[in-house]
Amino acid sequence: MADVVAPADRTPPLVMLQESIREIGIPRLLIAVFLVALFGIAVATKMDIASLVGDSLLRAARNGILVLALLPAIQGGVGLNFGLPIGVICGLVGCVITLNAAVTGWTGLGLSVALAIALAIPAGLAYGWLLNRTRGQEMMVGTYLGFAVVSGMSIFWIAAPFTNPTLVWAIAGRGLRTTLTVSGVYDKLLDRLWSFNVLGVSIPTGTLLIFALACAVVGLFFRTRAGITIAAARSNPRFARAAGISDERTRVQATMFSTVLAAVGIVVFAQSYGFLQLYTAPLLMAFPAVACLLIGGASVTRATLTHVVIGTLLFQSILTVALPVTSQVVQGDISETARLIIQNGMILYALTRRSDR
Amino acid sequence: MASDAPILELRDITKEYYGNRVLKGVSLAVRPGTIHGVVGENGAGKSTLMNLLFGMPVIRDTGGYRGDVVLEGRTVSFRSPEEAMASGIGMVHQEFMLIPGFTVAENIKLNREPTIPNLMSRIAGRKLEIVDRKRCGSDSRVALDRVGLTVDEWLPVAGLPVGHKQFIEIAREVDKNNVRLLIFDEPTAVLTESEADQLLKVMKSLAAKGFGILFITHRLDEVLAVCDDITVLRDGEVVGRPDPKATTVIRIAELMVGRPALVVGAEGVRHLPGGPPALEVRDLAVDMPGERVESVSFTLAAGEVLGLAGLAGHGKIGVANGLMGLFPARGTVVKHGAPLPLNDPRAAIRARLAFVSEDRRGVGILPDESIELNIALTAIEAQGRFLHAAPLEPLRLMNGGAVRRHAHEMIRALDIRCTGPRQHVRRLSGGNQQKVCLARAMTLEPDTLLVSEPTRGIDVGAKERVLELLRSLNRERGMSLLVTSSELAELRAICDRIAIVYHGRIEAVLPRDATDAEFGLAMAGELHAMGGQRG
Repeated sequence: MADVVAPADRTPPLVMLQESIREIGIPRLLIAVFLVALFGIAVATKMDIASLVGDSLLRAARNGILVLALLPAIQGGVGLNFGLPIGVICGLVGCVITLNAAVTGWTGLGLSVALAIALAIPAGLAYGWLLNRTRGQEMMVGTYLGFAVVSGMSIFWIAAPFTNPTLVWAIAGRGLRTTLTVSGVYDKLLDRLWSFNVLGVSIPTGTLLIFALACAVVGLFFRTRAGITIAAARSNPRFARAAGISDERTRVQATMFSTVLAAVGIVVFAQSYGFLQLYTAPLLMAFPAVACLLIGGASVTRATLTHVVIGTLLFQSILTVALPVTSQVVQGDISETARLIIQNGMILYALTRRSDR
Repeated sequence: MASDAPILELRDITKEYYGNRVLKGVSLAVRPGTIHGVVGENGAGKSTLMNLLFGMPVIRDTGGYRGDVVLEGRTVSFRSPEEAMASGIGMVHQEFMLIPGFTVAENIKLNREPTIPNLMSRIAGRKLEIVDRKRCGSDSRVALDRVGLTVDEWLPVAGLPVGHKQFIEIAREVDKNNVRLLIFDEPTAVLTESEADQLLKVMKSLAAKGFGILFITHRLDEVLAVCDDITVLRDGEVVGRPDPKATTVIRIAELMVGRPALVVGAEGVRHLPGGPPALEVRDLAVDMPGERVESVSFTLAAGEVLGLAGLAGHGKIGVANGLMGLFPARGTVVKHGAPLPLNDPRAAIRARLAFVSEDRRGVGILPDESIELNIALTAIEAQGRFLHAAPLEPLRLMNGGAVRRHAHEMIRALDIRCTGPRQHVRRLSGGNQQKVCLARAMTLEPDTLLVSEPTRGIDVGAKERVLELLRSLNRERGMSLLVTSSELAELRAICDRIAIVYHGRIEAVLPRDATDAEFGLAMAGELHAMGGQRG
C-alpha cells in the first residue's frame, strides 16, 4: 500500500496533464476539439475559410452583449438569469417605437438604446423584487416569468397602436408582423463602422467595439463601490448585513443591470442581424446565451469577463461553421441538432457542478 | 487497562497537498480499551489525518498518501467513508449527521434496521422486509443507556438540545456491532461544560468496554482528564508523546506551539483617561434568538476594557449584536455624548463603532474572497475609502494598489500567516481568519471596538496573540473595548471590569480580581441573593 503514490516531489507529467485538463474543463476541451475538427474539414474540403472566420466573428460580436448580460446576475448571487427575455422585450419595444416613428440612422439607433434602457430599468426592478420573494429558485422563476412575459407581450404586439405601414400586417392594417426588417433604419450600422478586411476576413469593427465597451463598463462597474458591494453580498449575505449592506437591494441592482444589458444587447443584435423578431421569438433567447457563458468556463456561482468572451467565440463559431461543413459531409442539416445538444447539454452539465468549489 | 496488539496503527504517514507537506512521517497506535488523544494547533494536520483514516475522497483526489494504516493487523486504504465504516471505524462528527424529522431510534438504526421477512420479501428480496420497530427501540435503548442518555428513544430528533444530538451520534456508532474503533473529532466544541463532562465519562466507560478511541480536541484539560496516550502534532510532525500522568496543560501547550506559553500580563486597577463615556447603554433589549437580551444597562468608560461574561443562552452575545444593529434592538445608547441610532449597522459603523462577530465563518469573513478585499471591504462600503478620485461619487473605482498596500501592512502588523494578500480567506486557519476579522475592524479606525468570542475555535498559540493584540489596541491606540467571551480566564486577563449577564440582565459588574466564587455565583444568578453586588 505504501507505494500507492509516486513521490510528489516532482509532479509526474500525467498528473500535470490531468490537472490542466481539470483546469480547462472537459466540456470546454471537447467543444474546442470539435471546433478545430470542423475547421479541419472546412480546410480539407476547400471551403472559404475567410468568410467562415468572418461570420464567426460577426456572430460572436452580435451576441456578445446578450451573453454579457448574464454576468451581473451571477455576480449578484441571482444565478443564471433565465429571465433574459424580459430585458430582450424591453429592447424590442424600444426598437419598434423607433421604427414606428421612422427615426433612422444613428439617431434611430441611439433612440432605440435609450428607450430600451428606460424600459428595462423599471422592468428589472420589478423582476428583482420578484426574485427576492422567491429566493433559491431564481433560475426556475426566471424561466417561467420569461415565458409568461413573452406570451403577455404577444398580445401587446397585436393590440398596440402602431401605425407605420411597414410594420403592421398589410391586410388587417394593424398588429405588428412577426418579423420586422431594420433595413433602411439602422441595418448593419455598427457592423460597417470602420469595418476593414484582413486576409479576406471582414472585421465588424463597430459591433466589436460596442461589445468591448460594454465589457469595459461591466468590468469597471465591479470595481466601484456599488459593484464591490454587490459581489460581497453574493459572497456572504450575513457579512454584508454586518457591513451595513442590504443584500436584497444589491440583488435587485444586479438583476436590473442584467436586464438593462439584455435590452441594449438585443438592439445591437437587431442592428447586425437586420431583423426584429417579435411574438414567441424571445422565448428561448436565454438558453443560447447561458450556454455561451457556461462553455466559456463559468459556473452557476462564478463568472468572469474572460468566460463571456471565450464562450461566445467558441459557441458562435461552432454554430457558424457547423452548418456549411456538415452539409458538405452529410446530406441534410445537423447543425441545429448539434446546437441543441451542445446548448442544453452544457446547461445540464453546469447545473450538476453547482456544489463545486 | 488493556495493552494488547493495537486496534489501529499508523506507520510513517506522509501526505502532501500540491507539494505542501501537511503530514510528515506521523506514527501512532491506538490500543484497545484506551483513549488516544491527538492535539495540535489548527493546521497541524489533525483534520488531514482524520480524512485519511476515514477514506474521504479528498485524500485520493490529491494524490493519496504514503505510509501504512494498519487496522487490527490488516493494512488498509479506504476509498470511501462507507468502506471505513464497514471495516469497523465509527466516527462522531463535529457537525451532526442526523435526520431531524426522524425519531431517536430511527436515526440510530437508519439503514441497519432489524427486519421481519414477509411474503413479498420472500419473492422480491430482503429490501421489502418489514422493519422490526420493537427491536429498533430496544436496541436503541441499550445503546442510549451505554452513553448515559435518558431521552425517550421515540422522540423526534428535531427539538432536542445540541448536547443530546451529540450523544445520539455516539449511541449510533456504539450500536454498530462491528465497530471497534471510535473517532471523536472535536466532540465537545458544541457542548456546555456539564455536557462535556458527561461526554468524557461516556468515553471512559466505552474505553473500559474495550473500544479503542481516537480523540481529537482543542481542550487540553480534557485530554489530560481522559487520555491514556497523547500525541502532539505540530506542522504535520509528531513533536511529543507526553505521559498524561506526568505532564501539565502548560507543557502540552508549549509542545503544540513550539514556544513557552505566555500569560497575558496582569496589572491592577488602571487610571482611565476620563472624558465622556465611550458607551452609555440604558435598558437595551435585543431580540436575538437563543441569546435574548431583556434589559441591559451599563457604561463603558473611555479607554476602558469591559468584559461581558455569562452562561450560554443568557444574552451576553446579544448585547454587541444589538448595539451594531444586526438584530432588532430597543433602548437608549449614547456614544461619546451623541445618541447612537439602533437597528442601523451603517450608522453604527459611521459612529466609529466596529464589531468582530462571534460567528466568524457566518458573519465575519467572505470565505471565497481575498484577504485584501476582506480587510478593506467594510471601509470601502461604509466609509468610501480605498477609492480613486472621480468627478462623480458612483464612478469612483477601487484603488487596488492602496488596498494591497494596506493588506500588506496588516499582514505584517498582525502576523497573519498566509501566502499573500491574494489568498482566499477560506484557506486560512481559524486564528488567522480571526486576525483578518480584527484587521478589518481596525481598518475602520474605530474609537470603540466590540469583540465577541475573540478566541473561539482557535488554538492556544493564536489565542494569546489575539489577546495581546486586543490589549495593544486599547493601550496604544486608546480604543475602548467591549469584549464578550465564554472564557472567563481570558476576560480576567485583559478586562478592567467584567459584567455578568444572567437571564438577559446584568447580574453584577465585578472587578477583574474578584474571586472565582463571586464570578460563579453571579453567573448562576445568586450573587444578589447572597447580598454582595460589587462594582
